[in-house]
Amino acid sequence: MAATQAGMKRFYSLFAVIAVAGLAVLGYLVTRPATVSIPANVTVQASDTSGYVKGSSTAPVEITEFADYQCPFCQTFATLQMPTIEERLINTGRLRWRYRDFPLQQHPFARLAAHSAACADEQGKYWDQHRRIYEGQAEWAASRNAAPILRKYAGAAGVDLGRYDACMQAGKYAGRIQADQNSGLELGVSSTPTLLANGRLYKGRFDSDAITKLVDSLARHPTK
Amino acid sequence: MIHRMSAGLLSLAGLFISAYLYLYKLGKIGSLACGTGECEAVQLSPLSRVAGVEVALIGVLGYAGLLALSLAALQPGLAARRWPVTLLAGLAGIGVLFTAYLTYLELFVIHAICRWCVASGFIILAIFAAALLDLRRLPRDRNG
Repeated sequence: MAATQAGMKRFYSLFAVIAVAGLAVLGYLVTRPATVSIPANVTVQASDTSGYVKGSSTAPVEITEFADYQCPFCQTFATLQMPTIEERLINTGRLRWRYRDFPLQQHPFARLAAHSAACADEQGKYWDQHRRIYEGQAEWAASRNAAPILRKYAGAAGVDLGRYDACMQAGKYAGRIQADQNSGLELGVSSTPTLLANGRLYKGRFDSDAITKLVDSLARHPTK
Repeated sequence: MIHRMSAGLLSLAGLFISAYLYLYKLGKIGSLACGTGECEAVQLSPLSRVAGVEVALIGVLGYAGLLALSLAALQPGLAARRWPVTLLAGLAGIGVLFTAYLTYLELFVIHAICRWCVASGFIILAIFAAALLDLRRLPRDRNG
């Protein structure tokens, strides 16, 4: 009986240690200070809702992508599928691509990354910074502070870092990002990446072949 | 008693893993500690909800139930009874089947593996094994 009581005592001691440790870890994770400095709740201006466009203004098909720079699916799509889509469809005038930000709450650096790209856009380097951010996702998403890494990409893209720093510190394009997100929510976007082909939600596969078929189909039947 | 103690400790560990994943889904803890992006791919997939309920929340509730049962089964009045362990084995068995279904989704539908889900899978399997071993130890009686 004494051995059983001793065993129970050891069990409850171990149980208490694991419980306290687990609660401490979860408590720390929930209460640690947020690293994002780009505000989410900002006033949105009417001029804030265009997105970033690539391709001919006369292309018969427009695809709008709602994406999150820290989302792994978006990263795979941007780095593996987009080069082919760009070469096959955008550069040939068959498709216009509109990229819009939809930073998910789960991703602490997504809004910061979107803002970094917006600040690069101010200097005509949006797509360069956009590519670098996606290609480097594994580096900055796993870091404790993504800001210096994103700044490094901006420097490599040829962005004037003095202007970039001022833009980032001011949170100049926070409204633009929020406008994109609000717009996505209104359109029914709930995950990333989400595509809208000529304004309609796309439910198919996220690969260049499927997108090519979609564009061909829409070009043949514009009202489909 | 060692089997019931093991089930209790494992349920506690499972509860924390599920709580961690559920807090992530609620957007309370930023990104997941995973090593690769595959945990997020799984957790952000539309298949991370079953009948509109987050799988992580189902895990929290399931492990909380297993933990309560394990601790109840350790009480002196129930130490020699089979029914708490039978219930534990039944609930853990459902957990094993549900985990097998989720693992199938990860491997063949989402094509990504979440390490936290794998850890949870081993835990639920171990709880099920502990409950079965305890059942083997106990004699069948009419009092349950």
